[in-house]
Amino acid sequence: MANKRIDEPTGVETVGHEWDGIEELNNPLPRWWVWTTYLTIIFAIGYMIVYPAIPLLHSGTEGLWGWSSRGQLAAELKAANEAKGETLAAIAAAPIETIAPGSDLYNKAVAGGRAAFRQNCVQCHGAGAAGNPGYPSLKDDDWLWGGNAQEIETTITHGIRSPDDAATRSSLMPSFGRDGILTPAQVNDVASYVLSLSGKAPNDAAAQSGAAIFTANCAVCHGNDAKGSRAFGAPNLTDAVWLYGGSHDKVVASVTNAHAGVMPAWGAKLDPVTIKMLALYVHSLGGGEDFVEAPTTPAAESGNAQP
Amino acid sequence: MTSETAKEPWGRHKKLERNIALLGAFAFVAVIIGGIVEIAPLFWIDNTIEKVEGMRPYTPLEQAGRDIYVREGCYVCHSQMIRPFRDEQERYGHYSLAAESMYDHPFQWGSKRTGPDLARVGGRYSDEWHVQHLTDPRAVVPESVMPTYAFLKNNDLDQGDMGAELTALSRVGVPYSKDDIAKANADLKSQADPNADNADLIARYPKAQVRDFDGNPAKLSEMDALVAYLQVLGTMVDVNSAAAQEELAKQEKGR
Repeated sequence: MANKRIDEPTGVETVGHEWDGIEELNNPLPRWWVWTTYLTIIFAIGYMIVYPAIPLLHSGTEGLWGWSSRGQLAAELKAANEAKGETLAAIAAAPIETIAPGSDLYNKAVAGGRAAFRQNCVQCHGAGAAGNPGYPSLKDDDWLWGGNAQEIETTITHGIRSPDDAATRSSLMPSFGRDGILTPAQVNDVASYVLSLSGKAPNDAAAQSGAAIFTANCAVCHGNDAKGSRAFGAPNLTDAVWLYGGSHDKVVASVTNAHAGVMPAWGAKLDPVTIKMLALYVHSLGGGEDFVEAPTTPAAESGNAQP
Repeated sequence: MTSETAKEPWGRHKKLERNIALLGAFAFVAVIIGGIVEIAPLFWIDNTIEKVEGMRPYTPLEQAGRDIYVREGCYVCHSQMIRPFRDEQERYGHYSLAAESMYDHPFQWGSKRTGPDLARVGGRYSDEWHVQHLTDPRAVVPESVMPTYAFLKNNDLDQGDMGAELTALSRVGVPYSKDDIAKANADLKSQADPNADNADLIARYPKAQVRDFDGNPAKLSEMDALVAYLQVLGTMVDVNSAAAQEELAKQEKGR
């Protein structure tokens, strides 16, 4: 079997196998390859000493360098927070109505708010904050619950009809059609009336009959002039902005089965500074209203700090 | 011949190479050794499972939603595992803890993200958003490539006997009580019924969210179950509480 011999032309020993006269040379491995193998073994030993590696009875070895993925994360987050800590502290310290548009702090807060918006808000309000059906545009000056920075901050902190926040903004429009408060014909008339207010429907007999129904049923929240009420988040029905669609069919649908849009309360998920930056960002989008003394909601400032 | 073979340094190896049964047996032993070294320590090392406050088994409705999540293959595009990196933490929230999937059979960590991670999606969006998004993803996220799941809203939730499912889960270590199992089918219905008396359900499943999830209180649909499941993801453990953070810092070393 073993027929080792020196191959004449190359001067290399054969491995001793022979198949029909074909033999295999026993060339040594390239030296660079052998040394690379030794080096990787040495590296592995070093790695096991300085990094966590060997499992023991209760825990693994920690390694001389004490590295851990969570420790690295904590260090990175700490460095990042320190880098922006000063700015965040300044934003936290300043009451929201005192951060003047155009100031350095305002610009920084808006930039921070934009980042937080992209992460938390775009899913409903859209990447450009232009809204989606059922989710209001934040770029216009039509506000359901109030459009100064404080009111926006309160809305973000406590949400709208958010089931897990006691201080959430809340109101409930009755489902006039489904619950039988109005007959389908009355719903039809009141829809005609509402649409006639913004000139989308003629002021015909149906609209005029709808006017009385409106006064009796809707004016309580939407106001006698149908311009809405921010105390109830009742939208202005005389403008061109329609959250759930402004066609006759859509308005009939909204009166028949009332909508009650929900926005989560972010106070428990985001820290007060992030919420303040978000409020300033939303406020900066174009429709933000100036803060006036004696706000409708007292003590709206900075929300309730969550643990 | 035999005496000649024994003299060679790899002589016995030759015997191994020519005997398939022997080679198989030795290969099996080699794999077992590798397996023991890599897997076995996970069963006794303390930091494999962190102890955290707040974990509870899924309610029957959440579990039914989880079954739909698995059935529809959501895990193919969505992971449920936030890794301890800064970018992931800022995008998705606090990194996932092993204990948070301890009642998952099978776990839904996933291995690929076509869509975002869902480990902490609970409470992030409203129920209505989830229903709208599952019905027509493009309606709320124009650039989305997610398939539509509008049929979930029309399908009655038909999960068979939830008591049997909970029994099976309790056999693999999920601590459902006898009471939980006996009331499983009733719990399944009442959690999505805003008019039902759910005090007992909430006592047995702390912080369970009780309401109609799909926007149609008259019908218990698959949408109800799936949204209930999505809304509970990542909400059981208050990872940012002081106690949880302290516990995590203690177990941080050597991982």
